[in-house]
Amino acid sequence: MRISATVKLLAVGSVALLALSGCSSSSSTNTTKLQSLGTNEKTVSLLGWPGYAEDGSNDPNTDWVTPFETATGCQVTFKPYGTSDEAISLFKTGDYDAIAASGDATLRLIASGDVQPLNTDLIPNYAGVYDFLKNRDWNTVNGLTYGVPHGYGANLLMYNTDVVKPAPTSWNVVFDSASKYKGKVTAYDSPIYIADAALYLMKHNPELNITNPYALDETQLAAAVTLLKAQRQNVGEYWSDYLKSIQSFTTGNTVVGTTWQVIKNSLPATAHTKAILPSEGATGWSDSWMVASKAKSPNCAYAWLNYIDSPQANAAATEYFGEAPATADACKYASKDFCATYNAGDLNFEKQIWYWTTPVANCLDGRTDVKCTDYAAWTKAWQDIKG
Amino acid sequence: MALNSGAKVGSEEIRPTFAHRISTVLYSKPKLRLRLLLSAPVIWLGLVYIAALLALLITAFYTVDSFTGNLQPGFALTNFISLFTDSLYSAVTLRTIGIAVGVTIIDVLLALPIAFFMAKIASPKLRGVLVISILMPLWASYLVKAYAWRSVLSNVGIFAWLLRPIGLDTPGYSLSGAGITLGYLWLPYVILPIYSSLEKVPNNLLEASSDLGSKTWGTIRRIVFPLILPGIVAGSIFSFSLTLGDYITINIVGGANQMLGNLVYTNVGVANNLPMAAAIALVPVIIMFGYLTAVRKTGALDNL
Repeated sequence: MRISATVKLLAVGSVALLALSGCSSSSSTNTTKLQSLGTNEKTVSLLGWPGYAEDGSNDPNTDWVTPFETATGCQVTFKPYGTSDEAISLFKTGDYDAIAASGDATLRLIASGDVQPLNTDLIPNYAGVYDFLKNRDWNTVNGLTYGVPHGYGANLLMYNTDVVKPAPTSWNVVFDSASKYKGKVTAYDSPIYIADAALYLMKHNPELNITNPYALDETQLAAAVTLLKAQRQNVGEYWSDYLKSIQSFTTGNTVVGTTWQVIKNSLPATAHTKAILPSEGATGWSDSWMVASKAKSPNCAYAWLNYIDSPQANAAATEYFGEAPATADACKYASKDFCATYNAGDLNFEKQIWYWTTPVANCLDGRTDVKCTDYAAWTKAWQDIKG
Repeated sequence: MALNSGAKVGSEEIRPTFAHRISTVLYSKPKLRLRLLLSAPVIWLGLVYIAALLALLITAFYTVDSFTGNLQPGFALTNFISLFTDSLYSAVTLRTIGIAVGVTIIDVLLALPIAFFMAKIASPKLRGVLVISILMPLWASYLVKAYAWRSVLSNVGIFAWLLRPIGLDTPGYSLSGAGITLGYLWLPYVILPIYSSLEKVPNNLLEASSDLGSKTWGTIRRIVFPLILPGIVAGSIFSFSLTLGDYITINIVGGANQMLGNLVYTNVGVANNLPMAAAIALVPVIIMFGYLTAVRKTGALDNL
């Protein structure tokens, strides 16, 4: 009797706890932006991908946070996150003033009202940002800018030049003709990879009428899933850890698949690999710094946003991470071949990138007669594809 | 003088300290004593273990608002319906059980001769060396060992180098690769209980069996095996349950395959769907519960 009473008490207690934790209400999009800045607060709390705010504690020679602290008096605390979803749940705690988010997270943060629109007049360095990164689907909603760009990159096609012959120019080497390299094909392990298949279908199956790989209705998603399930038969392994991908290409366990420029750069020359932008174009990412609606230090957050788009800081941050900088002037401060390697500012290259954007029910391509599949549907589909 | 000092001692006994009083109460009430003694571990077990399991069970009935990502408490069976009707979950569950059974069989087959040699043949000195060398890998991180197997199994690894000359090839990053790695990781947990149950088998039983004309195989089958069965089952509980919950090894050396743990991981990390993750996490809990109930009768649980 006593034991069952204790269990009951515990059960009631845990239900109460869970009910409390589930009670955070959903608010709507924040549309009020700051009109002017005040004096800087003493601290600013940042959330970002690992390597986005280095203060020299990982590598004494890599430090662009300390100059910011000296110049503004804002003491930085930085928390790195592993995935876009982890970023969202951390950011929802309200402990952070600003976040560097990829396009697969930004729209969710804007929709839930967790971030505020930015007054770009208060961010002087925003003027130096490449125009093609401004006012895009993933950082601007209803004409309001919610994020300033940090850097961008494409998901390239890498192949082993000894094995993959003739040299591919199209993604079909990992889709329709992937069986030639059965067991040695790789793909990025995330639901957002469905967009890569959608991009391929957009160019090769015009009857599906895909105009934006992130705006797929039920039929279009089903077609992408079919393509990916066929690809699954030839995939040796999926990767999300870039070190794992480097190793697979080095040992030859993987000979063809998606990659990032930074992976290509880390591979030894003996691995005989080449990374290209295929004829269909590619998916890619552009990360944005955003300010929390309830930021405790909005002035320091604005100061950080301005600083990270300054040529010196932007060069240091993007070169360390391995992506193209967001400003043209950053190239003056980066190493000699950096901007050429990452095709920074190359409009012909940039035009072919479909940047990661959160798939949402209101179609991003402007269709209003159908509902599009959202990220939850993509996640379920991705699990089915992997099987 | 003597009387005086005696009176002094007496007066001290009349005014006991606080600690004295507590010990008097505890001494006179053995039940209270036991309860106080057990309260700390019971509270820990209750809060950390049972409440966590209950929370898991309750969360499995919640749902998630797909747009805002917020949890919606309630009592919805949707997670369980998709768990039972969606072919993805049954396929992954069967695959996971298959790997767990395979790993357990391999480990028991490997552990039996090793444990027998250690318990019955090796000299005490050699036995000590063997126990240490079996325990040694447990000091290295699980991740380090899994990544080491990643290079062993790779296209240019030791397996490929050894097997290619005789016309075979490395299993590569696949289900069998994951099975080999998991078998290696859990082997010490299987050897030790079998070794300790073999140690308890008296040598004179083996001698008596042979005196009565039984051959080696007959002795093993009729005398040794029934006596060490609880040890084998105890070892299998370790390898089976540890494999059932694994998601890291399969990620590192399992190629594109997923196990139940991966589905839990993606539902927490990628899909932000904690209720579905909780529902999936209950599957190995239920399987283990069934397995433990089935083996309880063998007395294996006394050998853990």
